Amino acid sequence: MRFKESRSTRDAYGEVLVELGKKNENIVVLDADTSSATRTKLFAEAFPERFFNVGIAEQNLIGIAAGLATCGKIPFASSFPVFVPGRCVDQIRNTVAYPRLNVKIVVTHSGLTFGVDGATHQSIEDIAIMRAIPNMMVVVPADAVEAKKAIRSIVEYKGPVYVRLCRQSTPIVYDEDYLYTLGKGITLTDGDDAAVIACGVMVAEALLAAEKLRAKGISVTVIDMHTVKPIDEDLIVKAARKTGAVVTAEDHNVIGGLGGAVSEILVENHPVPMRRVGVNDVFGESGETEELMVKYGLTADHIAEKVKDLIMRRG
Amino acid sequence: MSESRCMSNEVERLKEIAKKIRKHVLMMFMEAGSGHPGGSLSVVETLTTLYFHKMRHNPNDPEWSKRDRFVLSKGHAAPTLYATLAESGYFPVEELRSLRKLGSRLQGHPDMRRLPGIEISTGSLGLGFSVAVGMALAGKIDAEDYRVFALLGDGETQEGQIWEAAMAASHYRLDNITAILDRNGLQLDGPTERIMSIEPIAAKWLAFRWHVLETDGSEIGEIMKALNEADNIKGKPTIIIAHDVKGRGVPFMEWNADFHGKVPDKESLSKALQELG
Repeated sequence: MRFKESRSTRDAYGEVLVELGKKNENIVVLDADTSSATRTKLFAEAFPERFFNVGIAEQNLIGIAAGLATCGKIPFASSFPVFVPGRCVDQIRNTVAYPRLNVKIVVTHSGLTFGVDGATHQSIEDIAIMRAIPNMMVVVPADAVEAKKAIRSIVEYKGPVYVRLCRQSTPIVYDEDYLYTLGKGITLTDGDDAAVIACGVMVAEALLAAEKLRAKGISVTVIDMHTVKPIDEDLIVKAARKTGAVVTAEDHNVIGGLGGAVSEILVENHPVPMRRVGVNDVFGESGETEELMVKYGLTADHIAEKVKDLIMRRG
Repeated sequence: MSESRCMSNEVERLKEIAKKIRKHVLMMFMEAGSGHPGGSLSVVETLTTLYFHKMRHNPNDPEWSKRDRFVLSKGHAAPTLYATLAESGYFPVEELRSLRKLGSRLQGHPDMRRLPGIEISTGSLGLGFSVAVGMALAGKIDAEDYRVFALLGDGETQEGQIWEAAMAASHYRLDNITAILDRNGLQLDGPTERIMSIEPIAAKWLAFRWHVLETDGSEIGEIMKALNEADNIKGKPTIIIAHDVKGRGVPFMEWNADFHGKVPDKESLSKALQELG
């Protein structure tokens, strides 16, 4: 399998913000001194009067965004997930989620794949944190095309949303014209032997794994579960009924993220043997993205191994 | 009528309202049996002056886009805000008895989704002030001339986020925000100066490039003057440090940190209500 091209979801974010900013003058963008990295800089250049870089002050970032939302603005607040939500869970919970304010929190540089900056910057717990906050929608787009669709969708949605993007260029999985709906997972390949439910950068890896497994006579359903909350329960149960074996994959701790969310649904509705691919509850380290993925178990090969493991046990 | 006679009539009028509000607050604690009496009583005069003299607002149209906004960053003083809103006409005074009860619109800390007149849900200290800065920023973006008022606790200024917001308000030259600091000297565990000294507090705000005024928080006339002066300061925000007495108006509660988060028994409250007259 060769993906057509690679782009970074953060570049897509920067571009789509400008596109949306032209159409809707209520959109305002805030950043906490990461604007060059998150690409909110593009919006800052296009609409300087609607952009606020609050400096290295994430708690204030969220509070100001909330205040703007109470006055009819649609604020996008951006940083890296180690800092947002890392530094400001209280603010997100009490000032945004509890009163259900229309604040869109979009972070880039998520996960272990952040790479060379090392463990202090590699957030592997943010999906778990944000998932557990009521009223908070959690979206993890798979590629640059989906990232744009997700951002366009969340402008229409009224309420708090958390969107998790990454730093590096990732393979483009989607054509421009596919149908994207918040809350509805997407079945990318159809197979009977196992289901791989992935989000974010691991969707491309899941597709690679499916291809490797097909060569070995194992057919796999791959699902892009871009909306981790509210999760597409029906699709998960359907996949479990059809295949009898589920593997989840995410650039996140195996505790509490997509793996946790899928487990919760399966155990209550249709328990099947399951394996989680992700970071095994350890901190990362400095390294190139590709090397880290190999060392910490985040590749297509790791996904394929877990699928084979489940099928063998099934006998 | 001379200006000073007008002023003193106005002060008398506001004092009568403050007395009503103080009595409501005590009654609410009697009914609820829990809450934060000390820090609620110390801000009665400030809230009275804001809602009945200073702020442009309409109880019949809480969403009026041109209204002045008030943020109770020290959200635990909710009973006083509720009593002030009720007396203003945002909801019936009878509803005050439902404070903290299951199903009540009057939650333990203000909830903007349940009760009209609440600009932002607060309760976790340090958070509301940033929201007030965001509201003031929106006012500047939209070239509106509404004013934002934020009431902070002195213990609350131990939270780092307060200083993030202070820095931002000054950086953005938000002369449409006026903060009031309830300097009552006490927090839950004791005097602020023993727990984590915040002095010299006025110098800190000056250093953050705010215009700083100091008043006696129990003197309505002084609060009025300070609020008026803040209107005329251009290019920088203003903070009014209101020197207050925690538990003011009820002698056995004054200066007493015990009553930060604990409500006296019904008998003592009943007596206090009688003494207020």
